Amino acid sequence: MKKSHIIAIVVIAAAVAIIISATGDASTYLSFNEAKEMSVNGKSDEVHVVGQLKKDQEGHIVGVAPSADKLSFTFLMVDEKGTEQTVYYNEPMPADFMRSEQVVVIGKYADQQLFVADKILMKCPSKYQEETIEATL
Amino acid sequence: MEEGMINTTVGSVGHLFVIVSFVAAIMAAFSFYKAAVHSGLEGKRAWLQNGRTAFVIHAVAVFGIVSTLFYIIYNHLFEYHYAWSHSSTRLPVHYMVSSFWEGQEGSFLLWMFWHAILGLVIMVTNKYWEASVMAVFSSVQVFLTSMILGVVFWGSFKLGSSPFILLRDAIEAPIFLQNPDFIPEDGTGLNPLLQNYWMVIHPPTLFLGFALTVVPFAYAIAGLWQRRYREWVRPALPWALFGAAVLGLGILMGGYWAYETLNFGGYWNWDPVENAVYVPWLFLIAAIHTMISFKKSNTALKASVILVVLMFILILYSTFLTRSGILGEASVHSFTDLGLSGQLLAYLLFFTIMSVALMVYRWKELPTSSKEASTYSREFWLFIGALLLCLMGFQVIFSTSFPVINKIVELFGGVSNLAPLDAAEYSSAQLWFAAGVAILSGIGQFFWWKKMKKGELWKELITPLVITLLVTTLIIVTGDIDKLSYIVLLLAAIFTIVANGKILWNIWRANPKLSGGAITHIGVGLVLIGILFSSGYSRVVSLNNSGLLISREMSDEFNRENLLLFLNETRTMNNYEIEYKGERLEPEEGSGYIPMSKIDRIDPFRVVATEDIYYNDELLYETGEEIRVHPENVFYEVELRDAGGKVYKLYPRIQDNPQMGLAPSPSIKRDITKDLYAHVVLRMDKDEVEWSEPEEFRVSQNEIFYVNDYVSRITEIHQVKKAKGIKIGDNEIAVKARIEVQGEKDTYVAEPVFVVNLEQRRVNDIAGLIYDEIPGLGLRFAFQNIHPESDEFSIVAYTRQKDWIILKAMEKPMINILWLGTLVLMAGFTLATVRRYDEFRKMRKKGQE
Repeated sequence: MKKSHIIAIVVIAAAVAIIISATGDASTYLSFNEAKEMSVNGKSDEVHVVGQLKKDQEGHIVGVAPSADKLSFTFLMVDEKGTEQTVYYNEPMPADFMRSEQVVVIGKYADQQLFVADKILMKCPSKYQEETIEATL
Repeated sequence: MEEGMINTTVGSVGHLFVIVSFVAAIMAAFSFYKAAVHSGLEGKRAWLQNGRTAFVIHAVAVFGIVSTLFYIIYNHLFEYHYAWSHSSTRLPVHYMVSSFWEGQEGSFLLWMFWHAILGLVIMVTNKYWEASVMAVFSSVQVFLTSMILGVVFWGSFKLGSSPFILLRDAIEAPIFLQNPDFIPEDGTGLNPLLQNYWMVIHPPTLFLGFALTVVPFAYAIAGLWQRRYREWVRPALPWALFGAAVLGLGILMGGYWAYETLNFGGYWNWDPVENAVYVPWLFLIAAIHTMISFKKSNTALKASVILVVLMFILILYSTFLTRSGILGEASVHSFTDLGLSGQLLAYLLFFTIMSVALMVYRWKELPTSSKEASTYSREFWLFIGALLLCLMGFQVIFSTSFPVINKIVELFGGVSNLAPLDAAEYSSAQLWFAAGVAILSGIGQFFWWKKMKKGELWKELITPLVITLLVTTLIIVTGDIDKLSYIVLLLAAIFTIVANGKILWNIWRANPKLSGGAITHIGVGLVLIGILFSSGYSRVVSLNNSGLLISREMSDEFNRENLLLFLNETRTMNNYEIEYKGERLEPEEGSGYIPMSKIDRIDPFRVVATEDIYYNDELLYETGEEIRVHPENVFYEVELRDAGGKVYKLYPRIQDNPQMGLAPSPSIKRDITKDLYAHVVLRMDKDEVEWSEPEEFRVSQNEIFYVNDYVSRITEIHQVKKAKGIKIGDNEIAVKARIEVQGEKDTYVAEPVFVVNLEQRRVNDIAGLIYDEIPGLGLRFAFQNIHPESDEFSIVAYTRQKDWIILKAMEKPMINILWLGTLVLMAGFTLATVRRYDEFRKMRKKGQE
């Protein structure tokens, strides 16, 4: 076998290994129920869950509770399937948290009840959307 | 221009320039193509002349577009959407330049601008290559110009997004129905987070780097096309080196900017926008190595062609990724979607299909060296190094493409929900590649400068290896390095520094001009060591030691990585005493910080000093002086005192950014061996402060009372004519109490006012009480009543939590080695570029190019 063939095989093998390892390491977007099932089955991978903060009938956000020292907080989140879940975050509440339209939590279940987020991503509406112009004549 | 009239002329002129540049680019591409394929000398010359004229017209038109757009921004013509949404009357000129490329259209324009200049340079410096290279160049320009064309074909097909669109055409607002000629008084401004000198120099550098990548690509295509398979490498090489240097500089600037201003917690976050530049850069580096190999010994020509083409396709793919909106939420700073996805895809596919087809068509004709490269040859090691760089890039671009993969799988009816890869996973994979690259760049250099036989390699390598092992061991022991991957990377990085250091020592004495490679590789080693320590051993130092219990749900398995600091209360952090000293503003001009407690606001942009303001013991402003400030930025003064009593100040910032919400920026205390990197995670929300129930004190003058444990007393009582903007009526009497409160450090004064209506002979409830607040202590006072019979006064006090911030601080060791390494890297690239350009020039003089 020629050396160039060996190199080609090694490169292809490496590329395949990269693909398998990257997709294997990648977290996936799941619902809370799927994530809970995963943790029950003993898988401790982190997952992404997309959802919104829980709101009452008047549209006020409910269930957000900072710790006494403000250095962590829990909140209620409703995922896209409508499942409600308490999420704990061991960091202070992000500044624009209450304004977020959509949140993505990255983390896993600590036990059956509590989802612990390692990271929170938020989508906030811009204060101005460049859609309108405030002006009077 | 008449008041209230919309200036449509300048936009029309700009749009005309766009159309001219587009048409001229098509004509140039066609003419250069004809010149390249024409066999008759006379016809060739005529077509070449046509092409030149067309390209010069194109370039002039591009400069015209740039000038027109800048004219619109500079003259605040807010009837234009671009000026309105990216600039404002308050911007200084250098930020107007930045607002030019804040938008997607402007950044395309910047890219085209560099292409136009590079095209002119190529036309002047080349003889043989002009027609074919410029044909490729001009066709790239056709696609780029189409992005800002803004012309609608057949009623519905829109080509490009014009920067000259009027506000009323861009935005549907009721105001335009009432008055189509309405012009807003001011624009919405440049994003304040981008109002930074890096925004002035980083984008032009990055886009010059982007633009430079088209040059080696154009030479490669021209070489295949004209069957000059070997000759294209020489003129392409200096451009490739220059491109790698500029693109590398652009990447590093971005990293430094992120480190200094943006709060990603570091200089690199594996964000898709960062990856989109990093990956083509790696391929460009790989291509440079195979090109050098080919120049030296006629090997790796096919690899060079493939790599140069791949590199440019990756540039186009990156452009597609970051500008089409496909990344969605995966990126923090990709451009907004302008609906150009189709055009961007066409741009990508055109050049991909064209170059792949050309390669396939010519593949058999490409010369190859018949003999196999020996394992002991430099060519072999260079090739392996190039391959490793490609795999390194592949890992990143594949992972960045998850959103694209999800889309494609869904297109075929499958389900794919891959989430963006975590930054840590990129780092841990890239680390191994980097170690491999470093080792190869050490070994490869030995092969490069010396033809090696089997036994000799060991003899050459033994000294560098011993030194490497010694130094590495020393660092591992003193630095307490215990992770296997870090040890391997450290070993590799030190090896490349030592090995290349030895080579540099030898070449420098012979011919310093040839030392570019060795210096660059030493830079790589330094950069890797800097990254290893500053990222791998970055540690949070703001660990919570306040003794508060963490929440009930969780046991003590969580370490708190943030510190809650109350105003004027000392905590300890990482061998420092740390204390939050209050909010500061930044003057528009000059240096220093203005304490928020020593000013009154006139309007958002102007404040007046209520006390003399000092900064570093220097009088900045006198009482009563008016100061212009940046309203959106608030700084939080944090004092650090070390064991020796030395005092350091940090001023982390929070920006109330209209586009992005609250945006924190770090403050950095720089030492030679480490940086202390701190930012404010959260601040007290003033709108949500809760006051306690009132507490009443009935005291006489100078009698001591305790408010929230602070020693307080009334020092003076006197009548006033006006109080805090409230006019005192003729039939009213206002009395002010001066209350002194002894805080932990300073004495504070509150001056509440008591207003009595003489006719009614009583206080008109709340309106008669004018409160005064001491934000520094979280106290608020009201002067509620006077008791003449006992010579006593009623004071009511409310308390709240004192002002606070939550701080996160990290230590980044050895980060200066990273910055030093980047400078060395750049110096090496510059030397190599100069050397290769000299070679090209010498050959041109001989009439060879």
